Amino acid sequence: MEFFKKKTSIRFMGRRRVAMVFSAVLIVGSLVSLFVKGLNFGIDFTGGTVIEVKYPQPVDLGHVRDALSAKYSDAQAQYFGTARDVMIRIAPRPGESSAQLSDKVLATLQTATPGVTMQRVEFVGPQVGSELATKGGLALLYTVIGILIYVMIRFEWRLSVGAVVAMIHDPVITLGVFSLFHIQFDLTVLAAVLAVIGYSINDTVVVYDRIRENFRKLRKQSAPEIMDISINETLSRTIMTSLATLLVVLAMYFIGGPVIHGFALALIIGILVGTYSSIYVASAIALDLGVSKSDLVPVRKDNAPADDRP
Amino acid sequence: MINQYPLWKYLLIAVIALVGIIYALPNIYGDDPAVQISPSHGAPVNAALREQVSSVLDKNKLKYKAIQIADDRMLVRFYNTNDQLAAVDRLTTALKDKYVVALNLAPATPQWLRDIGALPMYLGLDLRGGVHFLMEVDMQAAIKQNYERYVGEMRTALRDKRIRYSSVEYTQGGVLLQFRNDQERSKAKDLLQREYEGLKVDDQDAGQGPALLASLTENKKRDIEKFALEQNITTLRNRVNQLGVAEPVIQQQGNKRIVVELPGVQDTARAKEILGATATLAFHFVDENNNPEDAASSGHVPAGDELLQERSSGRPILLKRHVILTGDYITDASSGFDQQNGGPAVFITLDGKGGHLMREATRDNVGRLMAVVYIETKIETKKVDGKTVKQVKKLRNVINVARIREELGKRFQITGLDSPQEARNLALLLRSGALAAPMEIIEERTVGPSLGKTNIAQGMLSVEVGFAVVCLFMLVYYRVFGLMADLALGFNLVLIVAMLSLLQATLTLPGIAGIVLTVGMAVDANVLIYERIREELRNGNSPQASIHAGYEKAFGTIADANITTLIAGLVLFSFGTGPVKGFAVTLSIGIVTSMFTAIMGTRAIVNLIYGGRRSVKLAI
Repeated sequence: MEFFKKKTSIRFMGRRRVAMVFSAVLIVGSLVSLFVKGLNFGIDFTGGTVIEVKYPQPVDLGHVRDALSAKYSDAQAQYFGTARDVMIRIAPRPGESSAQLSDKVLATLQTATPGVTMQRVEFVGPQVGSELATKGGLALLYTVIGILIYVMIRFEWRLSVGAVVAMIHDPVITLGVFSLFHIQFDLTVLAAVLAVIGYSINDTVVVYDRIRENFRKLRKQSAPEIMDISINETLSRTIMTSLATLLVVLAMYFIGGPVIHGFALALIIGILVGTYSSIYVASAIALDLGVSKSDLVPVRKDNAPADDRP
Repeated sequence: MINQYPLWKYLLIAVIALVGIIYALPNIYGDDPAVQISPSHGAPVNAALREQVSSVLDKNKLKYKAIQIADDRMLVRFYNTNDQLAAVDRLTTALKDKYVVALNLAPATPQWLRDIGALPMYLGLDLRGGVHFLMEVDMQAAIKQNYERYVGEMRTALRDKRIRYSSVEYTQGGVLLQFRNDQERSKAKDLLQREYEGLKVDDQDAGQGPALLASLTENKKRDIEKFALEQNITTLRNRVNQLGVAEPVIQQQGNKRIVVELPGVQDTARAKEILGATATLAFHFVDENNNPEDAASSGHVPAGDELLQERSSGRPILLKRHVILTGDYITDASSGFDQQNGGPAVFITLDGKGGHLMREATRDNVGRLMAVVYIETKIETKKVDGKTVKQVKKLRNVINVARIREELGKRFQITGLDSPQEARNLALLLRSGALAAPMEIIEERTVGPSLGKTNIAQGMLSVEVGFAVVCLFMLVYYRVFGLMADLALGFNLVLIVAMLSLLQATLTLPGIAGIVLTVGMAVDANVLIYERIREELRNGNSPQASIHAGYEKAFGTIADANITTLIAGLVLFSFGTGPVKGFAVTLSIGIVTSMFTAIMGTRAIVNLIYGGRRSVKLAI
């Protein structure tokens, strides 16, 4: 089986303006949402207590909230997977330890509905929360820097810039979706975003490798033509790999349980956006920065210093 | 001839496959319900205990699979959970306070696998259920406690040397000593500089009259913090043992935090009670004029005495009620050897006041026996008639009796110990008597056992479904070559499991997600290679040349693509904690193993099928 029996020759670069406008809209939209609505941070970053309880029968959330409202007016309750599982989130409160809190909340719920059982308790102190947030930010930064250095060593600078823009493009849009739909952002989602960065750059590097190869091989074509040829040549691979990865991530989303829902969702978004960005964003930027044959043809002495390194 | 591997490459792949399978194997055997017996206070785990345990089990007609002794613990394996639960009750009663009996799940790995160090993967708390605490030691309190002790000591020292002071107080930043005149101050300064190593003593003239400020040097502060952390870890470890938890984890994290992981513990409230319990020591004289056996049997205790038990032997012993000294005065304890006879010894350091008390008490009592009493305050929550009742129990046991050979001071040693091991234990116990500084729980994650099971089931199912879908997809799209990629993918899974088992890295739910993700991303290498081969075929190259060129040309791309993902994985590993680290571990391992299986693994199969043949038609 093959998706494309013949060689495709889609003129990607001819339509790059449209793609750029599209990306710009997505990015700006994401940033606006991030600044205005912000992210719905989980207790990993804010501190607080999360208690997951299981009811013997499906329960109405209003009932749970009523039971809690007297003592814990700030408690948020939501379903977690099924109508029998309820997750309760309580902001940090001074002077009350997590053990007392979780025990008391469970007792309160049990008075209202006998047979409620504790599934999970997570308590994160405020100091740990802010630390994790700092660490998470640093992790993002170091990932970007590490990959940037690697791409700089391996490729010409215009391509590196394209790769980095694509690399920032994808997580920003992923975060934008999380912000816009108010989906909870916790540590596992952060891990997924870092994986998205790795995946996105992976896709871009494959296309770039071919662009570099074709610039050296094809002497007659113009730069946009070579870009198009390269993208077309790697198109079936790009789609194939993205589909395979998407399939497993979808399996994770639907089967893996509510704990890794956010994680799988971030990956789904990231893979979709990453596939698009490696086709359009990365190459288009390199092209607009004026990458040309002379930059990539191995006249090693003066033109491609970055390529000289082992 | 192209597309043929030398024999050694085939052998290498075969060996790696074999080793991978062997080390992944322990994961398919599951667990035995088991009971773990560990000594609570250095009681021996030996053949005699084995005898006792097996007789208890036989008497109650509880069938067991095996009794094993390892790492100073005994493990009894059962055929079913009913027997296991009944055994815990019976054994707890039979072994009383000397041993801690805990429920455990022991991997049912066959002996020959265990002999070569093959163990199943180590499951994180989110998969097996349990409690995770992150505790932070209050270092400022530790420093303050030290200053406060200095205040007492300095007052005594100054009085002893007849140096007149108007006040000695703790202030922010040190101990402030005030004097009437400069002469007294300089005498005090000399004394303090001589007696206290870790203190910086400076003249202070700003306030009323001449004064001295004694503050801890940075080095000393670091030592105090390090000591506080270590002592709290030791204390916690001892207490966790009391909890009867199988395979607890107590680890330092950073320079003021402690991670406590208690697999299988559901009752977090009880866990916290015990972790926060207090324990201390007291020194008494032994009453050598009366017979403790008589007192124990008759129940008549001589006036001014009290009857206690020696913990190691259970023998009764009569002590004078008068307390010479309590453990509050112990600042340090370490084990070593007696300089005179080379026997094991414990060196104890008391603070100034403690030294003074000890000197007073021992000066006129050389030759008498002195006993060290270990006092534990245990809080037990019990169900009585359906109601939960909290009981505070004070347990007092004699841990050591030694003859006083000379007048004791601030530093002295306790000898008469059986072995260096016992000396180490005693020193550890003395140090772990109480927490060096208060601690606060700053993070708690509790996962119920049913949720843990659900997490495993769902995680494993998503690996299976993801794997099946991708395999089918590859098979349909690349036919024979797809099948080879599927084989490589299966091989890759085996290698990931083998590596995780071998490293004993913690497998968490995000870790399983990492495996799922790797399954998807691992086929990328094969897709790259196969697309290249198709391209070469389309360009009219011979099948053999196409295979060769496909692998050759795709390699650079695969390496580039995987290295970038690996960078993300490594950053995640170094920054992540707990579950996220698990994701980073499986992702990174998966990338490395997939490079091997997707490139070398499939190439070997391709070479075996197509290599060396003149006219072939590739099913790709």
